[in-house]
Amino acid sequence: MIENGKYDQVNKLTQLTQRMVMLRNKLAFRQALLVLTMLIVFGIAAYFAGIVGQNPVTAQAFVDLQEGEFAHTGFRRAHAKGICISGTFESTGALESYSVASVFSQVTTPFLGRFSIAGNNPTAPDLKAPVRSLAFALPSNVDQQWRVAMNTPPVMAVATPEAFFQAHPESKAFNDWKAKYVPTNSFATEHYHSINAFYLVDKKGNRQAVRWEAVPQVAHKNMPVSDAKSPDALQNQLSKLLLDGPVGFSLIFTLANATDDENNPTIPWPSQRKKIIAGTLVINAWEAQETGACAGKNFDPLVLPDGILSTADPILRARSAAYAESFRRRAKETLLNSKAVN
Amino acid sequence: MTIEKGYSTGSRLLHWSMAAIIISMLFLGLSMVQSLATWQPDAVDLHKSFGVVALILVIVRLINRAFSAQVALPTDLPVWQKRIAHLSHIGLYSAMILMPISGWLMQSADGRNVAFFGWFSLPHIIEANIKSYALFREIHGLIAWLFLALILMHVSAALYHALIKQDGVLSSMLYGKK
Repeated sequence: MIENGKYDQVNKLTQLTQRMVMLRNKLAFRQALLVLTMLIVFGIAAYFAGIVGQNPVTAQAFVDLQEGEFAHTGFRRAHAKGICISGTFESTGALESYSVASVFSQVTTPFLGRFSIAGNNPTAPDLKAPVRSLAFALPSNVDQQWRVAMNTPPVMAVATPEAFFQAHPESKAFNDWKAKYVPTNSFATEHYHSINAFYLVDKKGNRQAVRWEAVPQVAHKNMPVSDAKSPDALQNQLSKLLLDGPVGFSLIFTLANATDDENNPTIPWPSQRKKIIAGTLVINAWEAQETGACAGKNFDPLVLPDGILSTADPILRARSAAYAESFRRRAKETLLNSKAVN
Repeated sequence: MTIEKGYSTGSRLLHWSMAAIIISMLFLGLSMVQSLATWQPDAVDLHKSFGVVALILVIVRLINRAFSAQVALPTDLPVWQKRIAHLSHIGLYSAMILMPISGWLMQSADGRNVAFFGWFSLPHIIEANIKSYALFREIHGLIAWLFLALILMHVSAALYHALIKQDGVLSSMLYGKK
């Protein structure tokens, strides 16, 4: 009995193995295996290519939202209207112990930059825009750059990129600022903020979370505009102002302490935090944005030199991909348009 | 020279390590240009670092290819399949060379560095210029899609040889000389 049972088991096992070998040798089975494997491979490729199953909040969707129904080809999708500026950053040296970025240690560094107004329309009236901006780029640490994009609000309206797609996502701090904000009559008399926080990194690798602002040095805070009806009132005002001499901004850094959340750009830090004046941005000249040096510049705030580091702030981290998509679109349009004209 | 039955250990190591890097790079590249997630800037840094690795590996691979014997295709393969096999390999090698170079050029054209794991940076090879950026950015993206299509073809063909024809084409790259 026992012998027979064992024999049966061995027999069954042999039969099963034989069947498996036959199945493996069957063409239909091998064909099915080929098709199945390729379906899996194509499926994985389609997933990573964003064709199926990925997050709908993409850089492309975001820039689509910014550009609106009709894109203004060749222009930035956000802050489309602006004016190129250039000058020097005069460092106080006060941040040298906090960061190894050479812009804080060397006396002067040339920069090019751009004042702009919010919105996707490159011909929008200057004085109607709710938000104004100051962007600049400076060389630092041999072959590196520090690119900065600042806005008039001190905080973000939202804390994540997904929230931009919701109906009324504004935070309380942003609404408080909006309620009491009175635009000035000049790009030169606005306060501009980094909004997002960054880390300064010293020689030993210690990190200090900071935000910074550009504080106007122009004495006359309420200068009049000569042509309030012109859509280019702010640009005209700036070009006239620069005839009388340079326009300065103090670059003031606020140091966070342990209780401040550097990763949430919707919450202001208490006003008693330590502030350090890093230096002065001295603006000497302006150029039209179509032909000026800032025309081809992507002021991506995540282009940082050694000594300045990105925080994990989801908005800051999303900016690079969105700026890149906007830059890619207008770069392509600029290339194709120049071919058509020439 | 097409006398070998299988590829040498060196050739196989180059093939499979580059396969892993290239497929990861294509998938990472296609995802990161769309993503607004917090990992996105880190992904770009990794993509650039591994791009330098891929550029070095393709140079080593071209040298290795020039000095080593190739495995002959099965003799019973129809002429049109041999021709497609030949052309697709020219395409794959071209993509392997053009991807890292167009990536480097587009970074230079936007005044950005290609840093190698924070250790050193490649020099800028061209002046920053928005039109050059557009050209190399679009080339980089276009070749990525062509590359992906070629790889899918390559994988399909390898599996066809292994599963349907069972003619040892895949094993010459999997197991080498036997």
